[in-house]
Amino acid sequence: MAGFILKRLLQAIFVILAVTLIVSFAIRLSGDPAIMLTGAGSVTEKDLENIRQALGLNRPFLVQYLEFLSGIARGDFGRSFMGGTPVSLLISKALPSTLLLAFASLAVSIAISVPLGVYAAVKRGKWPDQVIRVLSLVGLSFPNFWLAIMMVLFFSITLGLLPPSGMEGPESFIMPALTMAIILTATNVRLVRTSMLETLSQQYIMVARSKGLRDRVVLYKHALRNSAIPLVTYIGLQFGSLIGGIVIVERVFNWPGMGTLAFDAISARDYPVLQGSITVLALFIVLINLVVDIAYGLIDPRIRTE
Amino acid sequence: MSDGPISTSPYLPQKGAGALLSVRGLSVEFGTQNGPFKAVKDVSFDVEPGKTLAIVGESGSGKSVTSLAIMRLTDYTGGRIVGGEILFRPAAGEAIDLARASDDRLRQIRGKDIAMIFQEPMTSLNPVFTIGNQIAETLMLHEGLGARQALSRARDLLQKVRLPDAERLLERYPHQLSGGMRQRVMIAMALACRPKLLIADEPTTALDVTIQAQILNIVRDLQSEMGTSVIFITHDMGVVAEMADDVVVMWKGEKVEQAPVREIFAAPKHPYTRALLSAVPRLGSLTGQSLPKRTPVTVIENGEPKLVGETREQDTARYDKPLLQVENLTTRFDVGKTFFGRVTHRVHAVEEVSFDIYPGETLALVGESGSGKSTIGRTLQQLVEPTGGTVRFAGRDMAAMSSSDRRKLRQEIQYIFQDPFASLDPRHTVGYSIAEPIVVHDLIQGRASIDRRVHELLEQVGLKPEHAKRYPHEFSGGQRQRVCIARALASDPKLIIADESVSALDVSIQAQIVNLLMELQEKRHLSYLFITHDMAVVEKISHRVAVMYLGQIVEIGTRQAVFENPQHSYTRKLLSAVPIADPQRERAKTRIDGEIPSPVRAVGQEPAIHRMREVEPGHWVAIESEPLQGAA
Repeated sequence: MAGFILKRLLQAIFVILAVTLIVSFAIRLSGDPAIMLTGAGSVTEKDLENIRQALGLNRPFLVQYLEFLSGIARGDFGRSFMGGTPVSLLISKALPSTLLLAFASLAVSIAISVPLGVYAAVKRGKWPDQVIRVLSLVGLSFPNFWLAIMMVLFFSITLGLLPPSGMEGPESFIMPALTMAIILTATNVRLVRTSMLETLSQQYIMVARSKGLRDRVVLYKHALRNSAIPLVTYIGLQFGSLIGGIVIVERVFNWPGMGTLAFDAISARDYPVLQGSITVLALFIVLINLVVDIAYGLIDPRIRTE
Repeated sequence: MSDGPISTSPYLPQKGAGALLSVRGLSVEFGTQNGPFKAVKDVSFDVEPGKTLAIVGESGSGKSVTSLAIMRLTDYTGGRIVGGEILFRPAAGEAIDLARASDDRLRQIRGKDIAMIFQEPMTSLNPVFTIGNQIAETLMLHEGLGARQALSRARDLLQKVRLPDAERLLERYPHQLSGGMRQRVMIAMALACRPKLLIADEPTTALDVTIQAQILNIVRDLQSEMGTSVIFITHDMGVVAEMADDVVVMWKGEKVEQAPVREIFAAPKHPYTRALLSAVPRLGSLTGQSLPKRTPVTVIENGEPKLVGETREQDTARYDKPLLQVENLTTRFDVGKTFFGRVTHRVHAVEEVSFDIYPGETLALVGESGSGKSTIGRTLQQLVEPTGGTVRFAGRDMAAMSSSDRRKLRQEIQYIFQDPFASLDPRHTVGYSIAEPIVVHDLIQGRASIDRRVHELLEQVGLKPEHAKRYPHEFSGGQRQRVCIARALASDPKLIIADESVSALDVSIQAQIVNLLMELQEKRHLSYLFITHDMAVVEKISHRVAVMYLGQIVEIGTRQAVFENPQHSYTRKLLSAVPIADPQRERAKTRIDGEIPSPVRAVGQEPAIHRMREVEPGHWVAIESEPLQGAA
């Protein structure tokens, strides 16, 4: 197990190197932070040059990149070009909101998709199964920004029930988390259903029934855990797209998270903030997948002993 | 839905008043795309307290559906009981019709009064829960025990089914156990609440023969100890003869005959029963004869029994120059690596094995799982690279051959696999599959000539030329195996390796395929390497026999010598474990214990190579310096 984690951590270092290299390089192709800082017009080329000098931007790319890397190694992500706030401070404020939102969406999605998927599998081919499958396809077909805007229009503007934006209090979680969860649930339901169908055809399920166990025990104790591996795998993968999707949802709901932070950093060509936030997000995705791999072993003893 | 005592049954006064279970006019239906399909039609039988009823039949006979229907487990497989009663009397006077009982009532009976053991021990236990957990679960549910009490009862049960180290076993997971151990756990689980009725659906079919003998023994012992009635579903008449008091024969969903076991074997009445019994290979049937022998098989055609085939001695082997010479063949596989990729363990699948096969001869390679017999076959077919040793075909060393010669060799050595369905491409017609080796080896040119050859081959294996246009799923298992044989013959080979090729077939089909193989051997002067675990089939088909144990040959000689004068303790154990299809025989046999050890060894821990001695001309036996592990 230790060897396995070590291997994964080595892998993680390469992932981080690749991600940071691409991000740092790409953003430098896209525009000059000095111009963004000053606004177009009333500055001379000399002023811009001074700003670049101050920000250290006129050194070769490789030098800047290596400096950034050595900074990360020391836990120092540098300072924002806009106002000089330490990037680590910005991230430490934004990260919890994003993670809270992401985990809340996942939790809601799992809470909905597991019972629905199990039920659809049990009622395979009958009308509840058909309804659930059609609904999941409908859920899958909605773009999340549309869903988010419609929810704001309906619940906040028309009914005035929920706050339209910001993160204040538990009720502000409802709409952003639901928006994300609906999209996730659509795929998860299908995954749980397929995986359960496979498990339910196994002989040990018939054995469990022959012991006189209740349906609930057969389904949720004996079958579900055996069906969990594909679901856990997929949730690990989903986390990546969840983070990607969260940018849009954060924009719509004006959520003070990593998505907003990164988005603003791109607009302002704020290299340190962008590099820092993407690195942290990449680290999280790697970490989640490591957790998923460890979870396999917890779920299935056959994997544990290998 | 009526629960509890029933006194209005129209069947009750007639028969089965003392029976534990009375199945009356049971019919089970499944919904299919082509409308309802009746898998069980109007079947009736009784199970007396403490007795064993065997339900025998071939695939599709409805025997397994019947067994599932008794506990209404058919509810979960899309089946529906459309007629009849299943009267169960757990105590005097009170009868419950399980066909109409409520789900709650059924759940109280399942696992407590009626328990079931299934065919596949490898998939019967839930892989994610410990053995202890799975046995304790039943006890906690039906006996209301606490977790600790239940686990301690579970440990006692594991000891009852003679599993060593029961305490530690409770903590283990199914994948850490062998098939035989898992089936014993399954028995322990089924008997946890001392059920009145145990339904065993082919419980030993997937197991090695020595393990089968152990399991049958355990079931019999516990049955007499607990007074449990048993319904034993099987296709193996040997098992029936050893286990049953009464026998129900099923065919195409109907009961065709029922009688006490001795009567069934001595005087079968229904033509199907007669056909079934005539097809059963019986160990010892060729005692005193030196050559294998083809015998006619009774088959049912349009409801009428018909004798197919001839009686003929198989005098085909020519012992002047060997076709295949295998010398000190060793095949090992690396398993288990350290973090840095260093090999820590190896499977010693085949160790220093030597044998010859002569033209027209059948050499049987027998042994149990892990003995290395299949690896030898795969090595000869060049599917696996040997680690050491030489293989000569028609005098030429395989290792020294050029790649084109090796390709040519593939054409001369053909392979027939165990599973005829998995070895045919479902997306191609069987004609295409049969023609493939002809095309690959460029044996015949021109579409028309190839087609003619395919038709010829189909006729040779007892199929019709027009079958060439059909797909594998349109054939029965036996027909598919015929197609595989036709494909093997297509490149006009000299040697065919048949790896458990008849093991998965119903006995009547099996007997016909064995006859076909023997007929083809005579016509085409084929040599066979016949790999199997089934001693009775070996006796019928082979000229010589090699017995394998843990990667090495422990005994080799003519079939007559090995079967009639077995010298090695493992050969004797193997022969004594085969269930004999004769209920008159003495049932009390020597108890067989022990598991087959694993062929996986740590690097550096080489196995000792047995030396062989010749006990009579051509009959070699490994010298046993110490008793083999696991061999009694």
